[in-house]
Amino acid sequence: MASIEVNGKSYETDEEGYLVDLNEWNPEVANFLAQSENIEMTDQHWEVINFLREYFEEYQIAPAVRVLTKAIGKKLGPEKGTSEYLYGLFPYGPGKQACKIAGLPKPTGCI
Amino acid sequence: MADIAPPAYRTFPIIPELKPGAMEGKGPFVAPDKINEALGFPGHLEDDWHDKAIAKMGDLLSRYRSLKVYMDACVHCGACSDKCHYFIGTQDPKNMPVARQDLMRSVYRRYFTLPGKLFPKLVGARDLTREVLDEWFNYYHQCSECRRCSVFCPYGIDTAEVTMAAREILDSVGYGQKYANEIIGKVHKIGNNLGLPGPALIDTLEGLEEDVKEATGVDVRFPMDVKGAEVLLITPSADFFAEPHIDSLIGYAKVFHATGTSWTLSSMSSEAGNFGLFIGNYDQLRTIAMRIRQAALELGVKRIVVGECGHAWRVAYSFWNTLTGVGDGADPNDRFAQMLQKQLDHRYKQPSHICEFTWDMIQDERLVFDKSKNDKYVITYHDSCNVARGSNMGGYPGGQFDIPRNIIRAVANNFVEMDSSTSYERTFCCGGGGGLLTDDLMDVRVKGALPRMEKLQQVKDEEGVNFMACICAICKAQFTKVLPIYGFDRKVVGGVHQLVSNAIQLGVK
Repeated sequence: MASIEVNGKSYETDEEGYLVDLNEWNPEVANFLAQSENIEMTDQHWEVINFLREYFEEYQIAPAVRVLTKAIGKKLGPEKGTSEYLYGLFPYGPGKQACKIAGLPKPTGCI
Repeated sequence: MADIAPPAYRTFPIIPELKPGAMEGKGPFVAPDKINEALGFPGHLEDDWHDKAIAKMGDLLSRYRSLKVYMDACVHCGACSDKCHYFIGTQDPKNMPVARQDLMRSVYRRYFTLPGKLFPKLVGARDLTREVLDEWFNYYHQCSECRRCSVFCPYGIDTAEVTMAAREILDSVGYGQKYANEIIGKVHKIGNNLGLPGPALIDTLEGLEEDVKEATGVDVRFPMDVKGAEVLLITPSADFFAEPHIDSLIGYAKVFHATGTSWTLSSMSSEAGNFGLFIGNYDQLRTIAMRIRQAALELGVKRIVVGECGHAWRVAYSFWNTLTGVGDGADPNDRFAQMLQKQLDHRYKQPSHICEFTWDMIQDERLVFDKSKNDKYVITYHDSCNVARGSNMGGYPGGQFDIPRNIIRAVANNFVEMDSSTSYERTFCCGGGGGLLTDDLMDVRVKGALPRMEKLQQVKDEEGVNFMACICAICKAQFTKVLPIYGFDRKVVGGVHQLVSNAIQLGVK
């Protein structure tokens, strides 16, 4: 198993750098994971990450892209409730890249 | 991932220059112990793997006469060699279908034929060493089981079946692929490939009801677990989750609404896809399919309709009858299969594809469309491999090609075909089928998309095509990822029922 080290503490990850234990997640880890994805975290990024974590806590799965865009639209205004906005923040796809930074398991399937 | 460069388009699409060893490597991620054991496979390779693998091969050869014929019949004529998208895109000679199959055939000769046992070197027979096993793992995960090469094989060798057998042997010794096996585990545990639990599904569906109401002013329902509904819709779970898949789900719901059809989804059986096919494991194939039978019996439905999913339709069309009793041919001693046979309404095809359902309704003039709603598109159609080469629609030869196209023409004004050497039964795989739709195989996925991208570019340049419709969740996801790498917008790909959804007029009839 791979691992990452943040502030002197070691965190176990899978082959692609997703956290194995989502309870270990904290904002420093998120910043570290974002850096490894070449993403500089802004307030806009955090809005998405926080929503993902809240949703996961309730449903035990990441939200559908459409659910995510709608929630962001409601919170931040309709012009931001689009997949373009989310791809702008997370170029490799809001589903997989944002989940990684949020410490959630990678969604896999026919997606 | 972003640094993966696509191969250049070929000026003349002829046999590419060979690059031996171009795709040598470790293959995709290996499934960890926990994932393998959950499916009843050994957790990992153990010391006795060699004997177990050969025994498994013997077992498969005795059970599947077809496999033995495919091992014996090949004369290395080479007709298949340049027909594979992965060979074209990677130029690795081991990705010529004949060469990829020979990775297994050489082992077959060594252990199961007299000349191979006596004079292995003379007949190209090889011991199954660890190196050979690694080679299998690598190259049998560079085949999407699309069967395009089989179309050109004069002996009709189904090369996909060889890949399936190889993967089955690998799994039997604890050397499976993480992506496929993890997904199968989620189906058993949660009910779908994505691992969407019931409450998440319901939340998503309620959101869709709101969205459609907002967009159309009509209360279109997305019902879940409704007992006594006429139709049970079995669709890939990507339809609940991903873009553009979800737009087709909205399309199905609008068709059911507009025709007054009572329908339901099932939270327990919320997956059409069946990765048991990809890993060639009959028990997994059957166990996954059984969820659908259980849901159909519990909900008391009269019809089973399958959404836009390529390999699901192959499994449904070709195997559900004997696996589960959906369709004719169930085992007379299988009580539940017989029960389901009696329950289903045989005035309709069982199972039906959603395209068959919609096309029937169009022919019966039960749907009204405003085709101008799709005027912003010049549309082409990508035949998905498992629909094109592994199934049928409409009950007549070629129906699986006509019916999706008929629907597109009924809902849109601008439709053009791609080059005929890459469509209908000669269609190219999207590059992500057969259990390869995973990020750890992105390099081979991008390269394998080359022949399809070349012909899409051609119709874009010559006809202004800006939408490629298809009826497969894997195609949709694969193209969404690789289109931008080839310079297209990711929204160029979408579903047939996405176009239906755009044009359908609700509340008119």
